[in-house]
Amino acid sequence: MARKIRVLVAKPGLDGHDRGARVIARALRDAGMEVIYTGLHQTPEQIVEAAIQEDVDVVGLSILSGAHMTLIPRVTQLLRENGADDIIVIGGGTIPEDDIRALKEGGWVKELFTPGTPLEAIVEWIQSNVKV
Amino acid sequence: MNDQPKGIKEGLEKWRENRCQMKDRDFRFETVSGMEVKDLYTPLDIEDLDYERDLGFPGEYPFTRGVYRNMYRGRLWTMRQFAGFATAKESNKRYKYLLEKGQTGLSVAFDMPTIMGYDSDHPRSLGEVGRVGVAIDSLQDMETLFDGIPLDKVSTSMTINAPAAVIWCMYIATGEKQGVRPEKLTGTIQNDILKEYIAQKSWIFPPEPSMRLITDIFAYASRHVPKWNTISISGYHIREAGSTAVQELAFTLADGFAYVEAGIKAGLNVDDFAPRLSFFFNAHIDFFEEIAKYRAARRIWARRMKEKYGAKDPRSWLLRFHTQTAGCSLTAQQPENNIVRTAYEALAAVLGGTQSLHTNSMDEVLALPTEKAVQIALRTQQILAYETGVANVIDPLAGSYYVEALTNKMEEEAEKYFEEIEKRGGVLACIEQNFFQQEIADAAYRYQRALDSKQRILVGVNEFVNPDEKLEIEILKIDPKIEQEQVARLQKLRRERDNIRVRETLEALRRACEGTENVIPYILDCVRAYATEGEIIQVMREVFGEYKEKPTF
Repeated sequence: MARKIRVLVAKPGLDGHDRGARVIARALRDAGMEVIYTGLHQTPEQIVEAAIQEDVDVVGLSILSGAHMTLIPRVTQLLRENGADDIIVIGGGTIPEDDIRALKEGGWVKELFTPGTPLEAIVEWIQSNVKV
Repeated sequence: MNDQPKGIKEGLEKWRENRCQMKDRDFRFETVSGMEVKDLYTPLDIEDLDYERDLGFPGEYPFTRGVYRNMYRGRLWTMRQFAGFATAKESNKRYKYLLEKGQTGLSVAFDMPTIMGYDSDHPRSLGEVGRVGVAIDSLQDMETLFDGIPLDKVSTSMTINAPAAVIWCMYIATGEKQGVRPEKLTGTIQNDILKEYIAQKSWIFPPEPSMRLITDIFAYASRHVPKWNTISISGYHIREAGSTAVQELAFTLADGFAYVEAGIKAGLNVDDFAPRLSFFFNAHIDFFEEIAKYRAARRIWARRMKEKYGAKDPRSWLLRFHTQTAGCSLTAQQPENNIVRTAYEALAAVLGGTQSLHTNSMDEVLALPTEKAVQIALRTQQILAYETGVANVIDPLAGSYYVEALTNKMEEEAEKYFEEIEKRGGVLACIEQNFFQQEIADAAYRYQRALDSKQRILVGVNEFVNPDEKLEIEILKIDPKIEQEQVARLQKLRRERDNIRVRETLEALRRACEGTENVIPYILDCVRAYATEGEIIQVMREVFGEYKEKPTF
């Protein structure tokens, strides 16, 4: 039997809008994944440490504060430095199209989900992109 | 007269028989909060409504019909667009632009580091400076923010909570610099920490010292800044976090009661501070549910303040409120549709009797608004005020069978929550038990599931979608350079100010925090010495500690 996909849902930075993160965490759990939610106000260092300790397949970053161009690359960079670049980084939140392009083309993030994305779409994306 | 309900009852039964043969659309007929609605409302739905007891006249107890006798015929609501981005200098320009376009009050949005009590050069501020609001590190920034804007002529609302005391002191000190005495200052600090723990999640200190800061502000303001609204008890963020309308109503008023109880417990006379309490509600897309929510809020508040808390001054009974249209109702898809959504929501706020209104800009779901988008949002209010005629008549929907029945229903449902909260040991206990947070998370999840299954239609998102949609509106960009500039300015200030005086005022503040004296005069001294927000908050953090939430979903 295949093991369950493990996902860390994290809120980096100072912003406290956790509605999206919590709704998605619950949807992933309902879809049969193991979900760890870091809670609020996490530094990239704290997130990476938790991701490695929990041995997750995916880190999902939820950002609404406009700090995505700083925080997302920082998390990916730290994962690489710690030899954990097999962990897939995805993100979501209020992120303008130009920045989405830059983050994806720069290799900082595998996929970004903006407001209005159905929960199923995120579940399916993870299921088809994570090999367990 | 007495036979009338009987006649209606018979008529209704007959009507229902015939109507049942007609097929209804395949649609879930309920409010956006999931409250079931009937197909028809008649006098039978408001049989127990007693006009004098439940409605009264505008400006009279229990204020269901509005807090002022003449409402918008006397004065229109304050049009107050929430704004702030980048640096104090940039935001000052935007304020002057808005005032010139006819806005009648300012509303300051701060960036995340300012909201969380960090200076712009703190490691945790990296990437966040000036992003979602203006960066304010010291009195110097505040002076720049209001440069050329006379504080005795404009009323300013500031969305600041955990560090509200510090930012408010900076505002008072800016007034001093302009030669404006504190008793002339008008405006609002949000200062609502309970809703931070419940929904917005921008806290610093644990609940008890946070409540002390709030009662210190109540006490200081009642003596020195009498025209200031010392708190804006906010349902807005509770709703944005995903609550239903009833949860927004009930949790917000419960918070309000908690502040009143804290004030009384701190030894203040309820009538000395209650008239300065104000509220802040969301205007979501379900038109009638929102109107009923505002009307119920006024009635519940008036009754409690009079009957439970023994307030004698009629001004203590009034629930005055600001409204913002629902950010969470807007869509990134077909953003121009947001103009229409915002207009309907603004109409609900006005028909519900709001005192002040912020209409969201169509692009806010994508970034901070551009000048063009914010102008359309402001014009939406002006069209409402000057063209539609809705401001001519006070509480025009009173007596509507549906609106009155829904108002009663909102009150009933809120009362159930009050009982539950009391049973659990009060608001602070409920926060510790994660009660509010869980109720809201459940509602948010239900709502998202309803969208995903198309039980609820969101135009442009799950229906009426434009395939291959390209975004055609302009987006405001914040130059990353502004962070470096802000940091440079802050570090220059630290070099040039009288650092001995800074240390002395901070030490005096530390002693005040450790004791029981009112801390506001001490914070004012720190601010006047150009101590930074981060330095002042750090002293308080060391004395009060930091709050940590148990993460759940």
